[in-house]
Amino acid sequence: MREAAPLSETDTPLPDPAITGVAEHAKDVVLRLEHVSLRYRVPTERVPTFKEYAIRRLQGRLQWRESWALRDVNLTVRRGEVLGVIGRNGAGKSSLLRLVAGVLRPTSGRVWLKGWPVSPLLEIGAGFHPDLTGRENVYLNATLLGHSKKTIDARFDDITEFSELSEVMNAPLRTYSTGMMMRLGFAVATAWNPTILLVDEVLAVGDETFQRKCIARINSFRERAVSVLLVSHDLAQVRAICSRAIWLDAGAIRSAGPPDEVAERYHRALAG
Amino acid sequence: MGMSVAGGTQALATSSEQIYDSARRGIPLWHELLEVIRYRDLIAQLVARDVRMRYKRSVLGIAWTMLSPLLMMVVLSLVFARVFRVDTPHYPVYLLSALLLWTFFAQSTTAAMTQLIWGGPLLTRIYVPKAAFVIASIGTGLVNLALALIPLAVIMVATGVPLTPALLWLPLPVLLTACFALGVGLLLSTLAVFFRDIVEMYQVILTAWYFLTPIIYPVSAVPAEDLWWMSLNPAYYLVAAFREPIWAGQAPGIEALGIGAAMSVVTLLAGWVVFSWRADAMSARL
Repeated sequence: MREAAPLSETDTPLPDPAITGVAEHAKDVVLRLEHVSLRYRVPTERVPTFKEYAIRRLQGRLQWRESWALRDVNLTVRRGEVLGVIGRNGAGKSSLLRLVAGVLRPTSGRVWLKGWPVSPLLEIGAGFHPDLTGRENVYLNATLLGHSKKTIDARFDDITEFSELSEVMNAPLRTYSTGMMMRLGFAVATAWNPTILLVDEVLAVGDETFQRKCIARINSFRERAVSVLLVSHDLAQVRAICSRAIWLDAGAIRSAGPPDEVAERYHRALAG
Repeated sequence: MGMSVAGGTQALATSSEQIYDSARRGIPLWHELLEVIRYRDLIAQLVARDVRMRYKRSVLGIAWTMLSPLLMMVVLSLVFARVFRVDTPHYPVYLLSALLLWTFFAQSTTAAMTQLIWGGPLLTRIYVPKAAFVIASIGTGLVNLALALIPLAVIMVATGVPLTPALLWLPLPVLLTACFALGVGLLLSTLAVFFRDIVEMYQVILTAWYFLTPIIYPVSAVPAEDLWWMSLNPAYYLVAAFREPIWAGQAPGIEALGIGAAMSVVTLLAGWVVFSWRADAMSARL
């Protein structure tokens, strides 16, 4: 761990965690990133096969390039906040979500959050199997998200009800329309009273009715004080549903604050 | 956000909210084990999925599980008994018992690699202890093995091999083979995530391995000077320990069980250490 440095101005200042202890400070903080950096080590040339790898290794021709996906990111999300994350492709948005989801660990710094496992809203059909029934898919998908069979049993009726699919729950998923599949995925992802919901570009797909339904649900989350991390390219959407936004640029937070302002600054930078 | 919301949520915020802290993590191999236990229901669901897929997709699913080793056995029995004139008594049972155990090992280790690659896109989005996929492959293999024991029993009765109480020993060699398969599966899938050609290479290795293990030929046919290096093969002991109760109606030999157990446990530990040590790097590569 590094020495406690003052938090960057781009984010809400909080008491120094080194003094207060992370768990003690502000009770409504659900997510904190402290000086988080993430490094990927990638071979300069892709070596997809073992044979090639072995040969290059022997010849000493194996070189690695380091690239930093995130650099010294400080971030605090409070209960009920809907945080929009904007930025160009490759700016580190997905890496940020992966760190929060616990898929990757920071190279340095610290990720701390309440309400593990976090609920990610996945793209349509991810973690679903076309030949299994709706019911079987609910169980498979929810256990992949880290829920126990007992919890799923207790929530199963809610999921069926919200997805409006009670009549086709025993039919194989391949007989479902895209809309039905989305409803099921959304119902499974949101059935758990999550503390933090991760939404990565999912709202970009799907028809308008479904998008509106998702947005309504995200707004209802806000009332129920669920925190949402929303990665989006759609600035209008970020302005409409987020309570705060950050702009990631080359792995660092370039700007943070009210969505309108951040979106405006980002827009201006893109324009010229 | 106003204070009213924040205050109101304290009631909502149940004490069940778990904390995740990237700074607090124990030793990788212990951590992975705890997570796998926490995700045990996922393992059950993955096994259920694979078993359902196999037997749902075609009406012949179950029949095929039973028929394919039988067909193989009939062909091999004919070739070996007639062409090579192998004089092993009850050769069909001698062969089929070893063949079933080998099929279990070969299928579940191959499935371990493909399972993890299947889960790839998902595993970049959500956290899942990756070892769960490998364990599930072995679990599916065990279900298939259990089903394949039915035609074996039929053949035993048909060819006059007595069903003896020694069969009660069977779970032990099966468990040891499962441990060995899990260790090999963990090592292979670690490699396969980084290098996709491992899947093909392994098929070649499996074929060679199959012929170097006394499955289709009797141990007695192996020249004495070659026996020492052939016995470095864990499958040699596992097959012997599994075959003995079925074919000879005897408890497995202490040598087969002891050395088989030692080799399986060492392989499992090695696989677990390597897999959990590389688990984070794998997430970045999937």
